[in-house]
Amino acid sequence: MIKVTYIEINGESREVEVEEGSNLMDAAVDNMIPGIDGDCGGVCACATCHVHVDAAWKNKLEPMGETEDSMLDLTDSRDESSRLACQITATAELDGLVLRTPTGQH
Amino acid sequence: MNETAIIIGGGQAGAQTVVSLRREGFSGRIVLIGDEPDLPYQRPPLSKAYLAGEMPKERLFIKPAAFYEKINVECLLGETVVSIDTTAQQISLESGLKQSYDHLIFATGGRVRRLNCSGANHPAVHYLRTLGDVEAMQSKFAVGTRLAVVGGGYIGLETAAIAAKHGLDVTVLEAQPTLLARVACPEVGGFFQSIHQQAGVSIHCDTLLESIEDEGANVAALITNKGQRVLADMVVVGIGLLPNVELAESAGIACDNGITVDEYCRTSVANIYAVGDCTNHPNPFYQRRMRLESVHNAIEQGKTVAASICEKDKPYAQVPWFWSDQYDVKLQTVGINMGYDQTVVRGEPDSRSFAVFYLKEGRLLAVDTINSPAEFVAGKNILTKGLDVSIERLKDVTIAAKELVEE
Repeated sequence: MIKVTYIEINGESREVEVEEGSNLMDAAVDNMIPGIDGDCGGVCACATCHVHVDAAWKNKLEPMGETEDSMLDLTDSRDESSRLACQITATAELDGLVLRTPTGQH
Repeated sequence: MNETAIIIGGGQAGAQTVVSLRREGFSGRIVLIGDEPDLPYQRPPLSKAYLAGEMPKERLFIKPAAFYEKINVECLLGETVVSIDTTAQQISLESGLKQSYDHLIFATGGRVRRLNCSGANHPAVHYLRTLGDVEAMQSKFAVGTRLAVVGGGYIGLETAAIAAKHGLDVTVLEAQPTLLARVACPEVGGFFQSIHQQAGVSIHCDTLLESIEDEGANVAALITNKGQRVLADMVVVGIGLLPNVELAESAGIACDNGITVDEYCRTSVANIYAVGDCTNHPNPFYQRRMRLESVHNAIEQGKTVAASICEKDKPYAQVPWFWSDQYDVKLQTVGINMGYDQTVVRGEPDSRSFAVFYLKEGRLLAVDTINSPAEFVAGKNILTKGLDVSIERLKDVTIAAKELVEE
């Protein structure tokens, strides 16, 4: 288990425990984190699990694939820190990761 | 608020409706009635990872059980609504229970179209729509099982792909001359035929199933119009979906290939709404009515109906999109190609990465993208914004997909 913190746009913060190997969209849905939809169930087809990754963590994540990169263009507030939570797998190195959810999923 | 909203149907659209009702501020009582024993779950993995046992059951659920408690939704599972009194605003359940409503939402989805040939009730014959359907198949899903798939649409081909990957011996029978004939052009159908054949799947297009004979030991023999006799330990039939409209019809609600709704998901009867696969709804981008079988539509109509009930009218205006995962291929479609008079292929099908643009009188209707997410995004932007396209530019792969969106 690792700890991941999701921070809502209003500043509300929730730390949850995530099993290694799970993706961080599933973890958000399981823990009833508001602001993450995950409409397609985690197959990188909908871009409704958009999150912003805190700068300190960005380089510790696996680089994004072509599909994720393209699908992020459908989101409303893409920036340098944007990722899709379904494409981030919980690993020991990510213990303590902080993700911020956007104003809304498109 | 002491109003009651009742949702009939515990699929993707029903689940989204309860989520969105609370998000929009509905504070009354919410009752979700599903005729299956399980909480709302995702159907797309049923013909893919879940069938192969690659995905635990808990992962299928759209929301955990605790979520419904947290947002105070009563889930009545394994219950069927048998009649509706639209004057008294009351529903009757098979169990005898009656419930009054202020707002009633049909999220009744569809049921599989069944074979009607002789031998159609053979025990080897399965359909694929519900968790129960898949659980009944999983024990036969093993290396060497002879699987015959009837119908070369999305469900049939996804089943064929996951089965071939797991070492089953797969044959697909399709009545039309090409695969995916109802939804895609021959180029796309041909591409899927080639990737299935490369994976060892035997594909027979232009082939009608005439009857099923019993070979004993639970083995079926599929007899085709071409005189073939295909032996199968398991038959999976994917020949389409019929909208569940009978309850609505019996309540006097207008139906026509689905429950007829307006852009606010309102039916012809006051305080009754419908969402998801069961609806025949107007689409402003195509300026006509349509019935869609898709996760996206289920979710967006769930959001629309919640806004309507909370008097924050947000008319439904969506360009439809779909996806299908088979082998290493992700097919993403945006738009509806019905009525196209021209196709433009961008990229090389042999590279397993290309897109087909469907046009009518020079205007873009839809795009099928195969392992080409940038073209999917570009197509979605072009369709949503109603932009013009240049056929020469669409064909030119030296122009990045993003640059195809000319504002």
